[in-house]
Amino acid sequence: MRPAIHLAPAVVALTILALAAPTSVALHAAAAAETVDPVADATAFRNYFTGKFPGLKLEDFVNGPYSMNADMRRQWQEIEQFPPYEFSLEMGKEMFAKPFKNGKGYADCLPNRGIGIRQNYPYFDGNEGKVVTLELALNRCREANGEAPFSYVKDEMAALTAYMAFTSRGKPFDIKIPDDPRALAAYQNGKRYFYTRRGQLNFSCASCHVQEPGERIRAEILAPALGILNAMPIYRSEWGGMGTVSRRFTTCNIQTRGVPLDPQDDDYRDLEYYLSYVSNGLPISGPGARP
Amino acid sequence: MTANPRTFILPVASALLIATATQVPAAGSEADFKTAYAMAEAANSQAGALRNQWTATAAALAAAKKAADNGDFDQAVAASREAEALARASIFQATSEKTLWKNLEIR
Repeated sequence: MRPAIHLAPAVVALTILALAAPTSVALHAAAAAETVDPVADATAFRNYFTGKFPGLKLEDFVNGPYSMNADMRRQWQEIEQFPPYEFSLEMGKEMFAKPFKNGKGYADCLPNRGIGIRQNYPYFDGNEGKVVTLELALNRCREANGEAPFSYVKDEMAALTAYMAFTSRGKPFDIKIPDDPRALAAYQNGKRYFYTRRGQLNFSCASCHVQEPGERIRAEILAPALGILNAMPIYRSEWGGMGTVSRRFTTCNIQTRGVPLDPQDDDYRDLEYYLSYVSNGLPISGPGARP
Repeated sequence: MTANPRTFILPVASALLIATATQVPAAGSEADFKTAYAMAEAANSQAGALRNQWTATAAALAAAKKAADNGDFDQAVAASREAEALARASIFQATSEKTLWKNLEIR
């Protein structure tokens, strides 16, 4: 059999994906991108989405696909009467209150004893020189108190963060970028990751969540990137369970046929930092439910 | 204005198509498989260093190994070459995206 037949998928992938290159977002000089200006980025980000969906209230972007489609919104409003994340929320509340074997608990590790602080995560830790997400902070708390860390993509972490998000509902994202070149570099790296195409399908995060929000990809309606983390963690019918931010990122990578990074890899932490920062001012709505 | 990604990708895709179409047919010996598989693994490792491996590459590598285990070296060589081509495409993607990502940025 001729090798060309076997190699065709790679060639076809490159060709098709090249033809799918973006046209809806304006092209700009690469040199200009070297200037890192998070405030200008966030303003442009918000303006892009509010311009694309002029009839949508700003705070509604946190509701993802439900803000984009009237039929889905009606279904969601009915679902919310008996939300599918309720079991996880209850589990998270119990877990949060239950002391570790040493008698301490999550409240002893976190600001304001862990209540109503979701909107401040992730933050840049000047001592470590890296971004710290809520999921990471929770596992570090566990390990510091002699407990084994939870999987970043399974139910326990989703339950804990669901409870913590619930105590922050309605509070606007308030992500800070301190006057530290390392923080700015982390932000820029997160932005780079967000816009970088990867996987055999040659998709970036932006390919779906900037260029095509409100459109269908197979049976699903794509959520806008603006406010996309405000509802995390989420119950997804597709998953038949709860999912953390880590699960969302790794799953997205797999869906593009890319090998995902390890959960809480520096790139994912930076990505969460960037995406949260550009959604500053939008209310926390988690835990959420999605198709 | 920054160059459109198509101007980078299409020539490479065309070159790859021509190159692969003119290669000799897949050989069927175990030695050929080992050579082809090693080349595919090396390319995939390079993609890994760029943090941009593809699941399709891993699947092709696994298929090559399985075929070799079953003694089907024609298929094993073919799958190895497919894996190498996929890995090289992922390397090209990672390399070009180092600058091209800026084209997508909202300003």
